This record gives sequence, structure tokens and C-alpha cells, in this order.
Amino acid sequence: MDFTTFLIQLLNAVQYGLLLFLVASGLTLVFGIMGIINLAHGSFYMLGAYMAFVLTSMTGNLLLTILIGIPLALAFGAALEALLFTHLYKRNHLDQVLLTYGLILIFEELRSLTVGDDVHGVPVPEMFSMSIPLSDTLSYPVYRLVISAVCLLLALGLYLLIQRTRLGMMIRAGSHDRDMVQALGININGLYRTVFAIGVALAALAGMLAAPISSVYPGMGGGVLIISFVIVVIGGIGSVWGALVAALVIGFADTFGKVFMPDMAGLTVYLVMALVLLWRPEGIFRKG
Amino acid sequence: MKQIQHNRRTVMRTVAGLAMSALIPLGVAQAADPIKVGMMLPATGTYAKLGSAIDNAFKLYVEEQGGTLAGRSIEYHAVDDESDPAKATENANRLVVRDGVDVLVGTVHSGVALAMARVAKQRDTLFLVPNAGADDLTRAQCSPNLFRTSFTNWQPAYAMGKAATGMGHKTAVTLTWKYAAGLEAVNGFKQAFEEGGGKVVKELTTPFPGVEFQSFLTEIAALKPDAVYVFFAGGGAAKFAKDYAAAGLKDSVPLYSSGFLTDGTLGAMGGAGEGLITALHYADGLDNAKDKAFRAAYQAKYGMPPDVYAVQGYDAAQLLHAGLKAVGGDMSKKAEMRAAMRSATIESPRGNFTLSSSHNPVQDIYLRKASGEENPSTGIAAKALADPGTGCKM
Repeated sequence: MDFTTFLIQLLNAVQYGLLLFLVASGLTLVFGIMGIINLAHGSFYMLGAYMAFVLTSMTGNLLLTILIGIPLALAFGAALEALLFTHLYKRNHLDQVLLTYGLILIFEELRSLTVGDDVHGVPVPEMFSMSIPLSDTLSYPVYRLVISAVCLLLALGLYLLIQRTRLGMMIRAGSHDRDMVQALGININGLYRTVFAIGVALAALAGMLAAPISSVYPGMGGGVLIISFVIVVIGGIGSVWGALVAALVIGFADTFGKVFMPDMAGLTVYLVMALVLLWRPEGIFRKG
Repeated sequence: MKQIQHNRRTVMRTVAGLAMSALIPLGVAQAADPIKVGMMLPATGTYAKLGSAIDNAFKLYVEEQGGTLAGRSIEYHAVDDESDPAKATENANRLVVRDGVDVLVGTVHSGVALAMARVAKQRDTLFLVPNAGADDLTRAQCSPNLFRTSFTNWQPAYAMGKAATGMGHKTAVTLTWKYAAGLEAVNGFKQAFEEGGGKVVKELTTPFPGVEFQSFLTEIAALKPDAVYVFFAGGGAAKFAKDYAAAGLKDSVPLYSSGFLTDGTLGAMGGAGEGLITALHYADGLDNAKDKAFRAAYQAKYGMPPDVYAVQGYDAAQLLHAGLKAVGGDMSKKAEMRAAMRSATIESPRGNFTLSSSHNPVQDIYLRKASGEENPSTGIAAKALADPGTGCKM
């Protein structure tokens, strides 16, 4: 591999890592901070991608789609929390697994009934549809770079929200001791509903942003779910920076795994996960 | 009183029955029995649409014959195989053992079909394969009771490799998901490409069903081969074609594939699929009367155009009919019926085909060039191509 190719692979790794962070960011909130084992995370991602497909074919504009899609996803998340998840906080993890696994099946069937089992595509927004030439044969799609920028902004935004705002302080306190926060006069139910809704909206946003490059197809949430859990766990549960670092590590492991040991490419991600957890069982950035 | 009435009715019925059976000769009595056809196809999951296309077209053919084949009516028994190999043996047993079907038809997923083949072989039940392309079904696992009306993974790939050398390409890189269908296809491509004097410089694989291709595209761009051959289908196919075009490779390194890359996915690819060249045993806009009639009939009955899976289902019914005709509908004459099927010429919408000694179609493989959402034929990549059937002993 010559130096230019190496640099391009490096770019691939960073870009894929940032995309993974975007995909896992919703789970960082719901699983990492609220502590709910949410297997339906992939379904929310899929919901976003299908929303992008349906809304873009009506509006013809991905940006407009995202502006409409996010409030819809927030409302959907809040409704789900009020109807189902609110009953789960005091139950054990197995109940959460059962409920969210059931949701996966329900969402897949609903998707099949309403949109069908076809593969669909979403056009890349006009203004980002060009590519930058990197070598004489390879160019890089600008839209992928735009996604990377959005991911970085999102990481910063999430960090500020959790660490630097009053809402973030309440969220952190709530995840630590729910009853005490309630006793201090904070509306813990409303707080959790907000956080859950944001988590769902983030997953849907990831689906909407990724739709033009990943295409939209049945079962697309499954692969996303596992890699998201990997990232949240090795990043250190509840840490936004941890998730970002973990996503980049996985991006590197996957990209260079495919290059240097193609026969083991399916294994590298989990190998890295095992090594990190042996080194730091609580994840890279776990705080006391 | 009730008891007496009942007895009288029973006696009457018995007498009537005896009278009937005395009047009707044995052969016709048997013709009154329907032939039980076990349809084991995916009705749910990713392959549901493929399963219903096969099912629709099979039934369309039987209806076109007036609902009977060689004078015998058809009774369908259906099981959803869910494309799950783990449940395949149990599902096949439900049809073959519990329902006692005369013919087993299925399926899309190769892993499921291999399990069905084992069950059908144990009971020596006639087994028609209307899609699954695993080479082994008509190679090492071939069997006198097993007939395939679709293809081997090797076939379209071999034809594509042949056509690629014909276009003057000397070097190629292959990329596929690391699973049986993809690896068999790559073998076929490589064999033909190297027979034609070309060289496959690198064989890339990615875990199934992964869809992150950037690092492979970078590698292809660095290797600068004359051509790239891939095997992908469904969502992965759409994503790969888009990534390939976005990386600027589409204009500098031609991309070839078996037809599954562009079947039903061109809409999702947007413009990225335009002009892609693939090889398959069926194409849009074939110039043959049978195809035109089939497409019109299918469209009229089901309100959508048929696809390659529908053609394969239709031909499974045609092949069954050819066998039944030869024995006058008497399925107990197994050897005669199978010999007739083996030597039949099927007038398929894809063009006429016969079967090889391992019971796989000997068929023309078309070269197709994607245009809009269709894959019209631009010629024939390999004429009357037979799978080598390596390792088949009957």
C-alpha cells in the first residue's frame, strides 16, 4: 500500500467512525445515561431512514425532510415513553429486553405492511452531490464529509447538553438516584420523557442522514443495533466523549481489518472490543 | 329411532359408493384424486416478494391449463419457510411426511433448499427447485428426484467472465459477501475470465451482510484493474452501486455482476445503476412470443410485471406438466416420469431450455445493460450454457 492509499484509508476510517458515532448517539442517551436496554434502537434508525424515503419523495428535499422528521420523531419518542417505557424504570433488565425485542418485531411488520419489502434509495441533496478527486481514479463524495461535520457538531452539542446545562445536570442526577431527584422537586417523569424522546430523535436523525448513502431496505436496523451497543459499552456507559472515541476506534479497526486481514474482517471489531474490555472492564471513559 | 335412521343412511351411502366404483374404471377413479403439490416458499421476511412471484406464476400456469395437469387437478399445500435453514427440515417434513405431497416445490434460500433436498431424497419425493442457486444442488447433492428450473450461481458468473474477456479486459478484481452464493459466483467468473486469458489480481470479500465498502473502493482504485466483478443483491447491491459511482470508479473501471445486482434495485440506485452490465438467464424486453404472452397474462392477473423469479416458478409448473403428460397423470410411474422430465424441452419465457444430466437448465445467459428501471438484453453472453455438474453421481 502506497502512502496516498494509506492516507485515503485513514480518511475512510475517520469518516466511518464518525458515522458510527452518529448512529450510536441515541443509544448513548437511552442506554448509557437512562440505563434502559433498548434493543429497538435499530428500529428507530430504520424508522428515520424510511421517513427520509417517504418524506423526500413527497417534498423532494432532504433538509426539509429532516426539519419535518425531527419533530415527528420527538413526538413519537415521547408517546412511546408515556405508553410503554415509563413502566420499565423500576423493572429489571430482562423485562426491558422483552419489551424492546417485541417492538423490533412490531416495527418490522408495520414497515412491511405500509412501505413493503422493496429496496429504496434516497437521492443525495443537490448541493452536496459532487465528489472531490483524491487520486487519478478515486474521488470522495462531499456528502460523506458533510455527515462527518454534522457528527462532530452533534458530539459537541451532546457534550455541552449533558455536562454544561441545567437540564444535563438534572439528567445526570436522575440517572444516579431517581428518587432523590424527585424528592428535590424535579419532575422526573417529564425529564425522562424528554431524554427518551431526544434519544429516539437522534436515532431517527442518523437514519435520515445515512439514508442517501446506505439506501433503505428491510432489516437495516439489525446491523446498526449491535455495533451501537459495542460502541456504547467500550466507550464507557454514559460518556459522550467515550462513545466518540470508541466509534473512531471501531472505525479504524473495521477499515484496516478489511485491508490487512480480509479473512478475519468480521472479527476485528469484536476482537478490539474484547481487548478494550480486558484492559478497562468499565469502558474507556467510565467515570466513578 | 335416530340410530336406525343413521344406519339406514350409512347403508344407502355404502351401496351408492359400491355402485359408483363398479361403474367407473380404475384409471379415472385415480384421476379424480388431485395431485398434492407442496409449496415451501418464503411468505415473510426479506425474500417474501420472491416467494410470492414464484407461487403466483406456478399457479398461473396451472390455471392456463384449465386447473388440471394431464387430467389431474392440483391441490396446494403451503408452508412459509421464513428463509430459515434451522426450520427447513421440520417444514419440509410437514409437507412430505404429514401431508404426503406428491411434489415438493421450493425455494429461494439455498440453505433451506439443501435441507429440503435431503428430506425429499429420503422419501424419494419429486422435488422442483424454482430459485435456489447453490451449485451443490445439481452437483454433489444431485439426485434423480431433484430438478431445478432456475440456475447455478456458477452459470451467470461464468457467462459474465466470458463476456468480460470478450470485451478485451485483461485484469479484474472481485468483491463479494463471504457466503456460499457469492463465493460460487466468483469462482465461475474467475474460471471463465482466466480461461479467456485474463487474470483475477485480487479476490476481496466482506462479511455478510456488511455494507461498508469504502476501504474496498480505495483498494480497487489503487489496484486499477481493467474490470471489477461483484456479487451483491438487495439492499447491499443498491448501496454498493451508489458507493461505486460516488467514488468516481464507475467511469474509469467498468463494473460487472450477475444479474441479481440490478434486479429490482435500479430504482433504489437512482442514476448510479444506469448502464451497468450484468449477465442473467432472463432479461427485459426479450423478443419472443412466449415471453410477451407470459408477461401480459401475469400483468393482467396480478397487476404487476413478472420478474425472473416468476419465470422460474412458471417453468417449474411446465416441467411438472411435461412429466405428467408422459405418464398420463400416473405419478406412480416414477422412472418414466423422471426420464420424460429429463429429456423435455421447456418453452420458457426466457427462451427454450433443456436439462443437463444433473437436472439443471442448459440455457442461454443474456448480457443486459441497465436502462431506467429495466435490464434489457444486449445480446447473449453464453449460448446454451450447461453447469459442469462436477461431482454429480446418479
